[in-house]
Amino acid sequence: MSDLQVFRQESRDWLEENCPRSMRSPVIAGEGACWGGRNWTFESEDQKLWMDRMGAKGWTAPDWPTEYGGGGLDKAENKILKEEMSRIRARSPLDSFGIWMIGPALLKFGSEALKQQHLPAIIRGEIRWCQGYSEPNAGSDLAGLQSKAVDMGDHFIANGQKVWTSYGDKADWMFCLLRTDPDAKKQMGISLVLFDMETPGVTPKPIKLISGSSPFCETFLDDVRVEKDQVVGDVNQGWTIAKYLLTHEREMIGGMGLSGSGSKTLGAIASQTMGTTEGRLNDLFMRTDVARWEIDAAAFAFTAERVTDEAKAGQGIGATSAMLKYYGTELNKRRFETLLKIGGSDDLVWEGDVSNDGWTAKTLLRTKGNSIEGGTSEVQLNIIAKNILGLG
Amino acid sequence: MALVLNEEQEMLKESAQGFLAEHAPVSELRAQRDAGSDKGYSDTLWSQMANMGWAAILVPEEYGGLAFGHVGMAQIVEQSGRTLTASPLLSTAILGVTAINVAGSEVQKSELLEAIAGGELTMALAVDETIHHDPVQTAMSAVSKDGGYVLNGEKRFVVDGSTADKLIVATRTSGSPGDMKGISLFLVDRTSDGVNVQRTQMLDGRNAAIITFTNVEVSIDALLGEQDKGFAALSATLDAGNAHIAAELLGIAQESFDRTLHYMKERKQFGALIGSFQALQHRAAHWWSEIEMCKSVVLKVMQSLDEGDVKSSALASIAKAKLCEVAELSTNEAIQIHGGIGMTDEYEIGFFIKRARPAQMLLGGYNYHANRFALISGY
Repeated sequence: MSDLQVFRQESRDWLEENCPRSMRSPVIAGEGACWGGRNWTFESEDQKLWMDRMGAKGWTAPDWPTEYGGGGLDKAENKILKEEMSRIRARSPLDSFGIWMIGPALLKFGSEALKQQHLPAIIRGEIRWCQGYSEPNAGSDLAGLQSKAVDMGDHFIANGQKVWTSYGDKADWMFCLLRTDPDAKKQMGISLVLFDMETPGVTPKPIKLISGSSPFCETFLDDVRVEKDQVVGDVNQGWTIAKYLLTHEREMIGGMGLSGSGSKTLGAIASQTMGTTEGRLNDLFMRTDVARWEIDAAAFAFTAERVTDEAKAGQGIGATSAMLKYYGTELNKRRFETLLKIGGSDDLVWEGDVSNDGWTAKTLLRTKGNSIEGGTSEVQLNIIAKNILGLG
Repeated sequence: MALVLNEEQEMLKESAQGFLAEHAPVSELRAQRDAGSDKGYSDTLWSQMANMGWAAILVPEEYGGLAFGHVGMAQIVEQSGRTLTASPLLSTAILGVTAINVAGSEVQKSELLEAIAGGELTMALAVDETIHHDPVQTAMSAVSKDGGYVLNGEKRFVVDGSTADKLIVATRTSGSPGDMKGISLFLVDRTSDGVNVQRTQMLDGRNAAIITFTNVEVSIDALLGEQDKGFAALSATLDAGNAHIAAELLGIAQESFDRTLHYMKERKQFGALIGSFQALQHRAAHWWSEIEMCKSVVLKVMQSLDEGDVKSSALASIAKAKLCEVAELSTNEAIQIHGGIGMTDEYEIGFFIKRARPAQMLLGGYNYHANRFALISGY
């Protein structure tokens, strides 16, 4: 047996032994997801067991170095682990902005001390992170942010207001962009800093969205003490790291065009709900909408595949995350507009069993934010025009 | 399989790019059109293409071919979309070869495929009978007589039908229009008695034909595949054809885009390059994103055809539909952003819309393929 075959067998055996039965079903629309952190209430003993076991093995962050508690897997091994997990339909043990965002940034830009301090706690699901980027007057124009950190000698004092902090009320630590040099050109005076959400002066307040949920907060900073050793990279060099993280975020959100409500295709949902005659959907205009969407969705899925394969083969132009983010989020919005039309008046019911508590309508409303958060569609088009097409 | 070109395919792409740019640029199409060429393409060019082995790309090795596959062929076709090169590549080397390869007897394959691979024989596929593509509705009759068949009916939009040596004709030997069963394919010499060919020059300057068959007698050897069971072979042929038309439309879409992007960087109005206007930047960025989608669907269907995947039919319809949509977007945006000069015959950008529209409609346009994709998907 080759090394990879051995790895596959060992992974399969380990997962079989360690993944609790109840963790072997998909997370649907966030139900059953585990975010960890100090404030987390596990929905079951199994959920905690699964996170703890995977965290201890480093497989919540399979490709991070073992010296920080990661899995240390190479690409081929990581792929095998994913395959073996999906073979038994194992849930993700931990969803985490630590793993998706600040972790990769720390690995790339952070000091050794910061890596040692934060990465192991991220991997084990002990600390939950949130992102402090946007401000009331700095949305698309993020570099115009005004919340500031003033140098007090041995520490900074931060003041200002952040907005659209995802799960700010549930998170333990924030990675936050603050202006550290008010006189520099706007991109040049920004630093990326880390602080505990329990630090005096940090006040997150949930924002209720049109969908009825409150995944975001506005976060007020009043004389918040930030330690000097909690600056990622160099002082006033935060914009470079921020851009790296934004690219990361775009890729994450862009992937949503591919996901859906479970495994059913739009065509199957429409057929089931509206019925067919001689193999054709009864509503022929709806049939056209569904086919048009599915053709575009197939093209998008193949493009995500091609871009990944090109990157592996060292081909392609790179910088495609803006295109994937733009196209994927617009596609996801169209998907839910079509789903709501298929669902008819039942799906307009805000609460109750008839509409699964308004799932389609609420998700439709939530998708409107997909083309705003992480850079609006218009900002993505600007990036494509400038960086890829060379239009000034 | 990784969704990228391998080294050999990349090389073929580059060689096609170089050859077509030099020998068959858009100005050649204009020259053919202005000369009122009967054929709509140049024999010299077609010989050169055949000499380079392009007619043999889909032909298996045992019949003198290169067996280089659909991904390889698509590289040539895509480039020929960029240069708007007119040639019998689609009718002969793609449709003709696929039909014979899928349905032909040993004798038919060894005789015909070798001749095609050598550039000595041209073919045309006669399938449409009405102004809209719908092969299952085939009605043209073929009736058994004296150990052979007698054909009667009319075919339209037969690309290269006025020049091809042999026609592949879809007929009905049993059942009714709408039935998949009962369709049979025949090989008919264009110059046979009873075959009347009316050449129709299309808006792209190329030839097509309306062909009437009046008591055309053919022998049993003219039957391509089994009697009544020709629909599967016809579908496979049309899948390959549509996939490659999608590849040509990809070339057209990209070239229209590239030329327009270039124009946006040199044309000034209001004292500024028009490419500096955000209204145009966003249109260009959206347009570019759509073309990225197209590259992926075309490569996907070609790989699928080479693997003989059962998903090829669905993928062919996805690719053709998507490319119909984006080629339309591309050729329209190209003219609009060029402005007045885009409306002139003197400027080349207008040639792209004139090739795109017939290519979109050939073997079924957006609606036909979206409908077919939905049926295959079970709705």
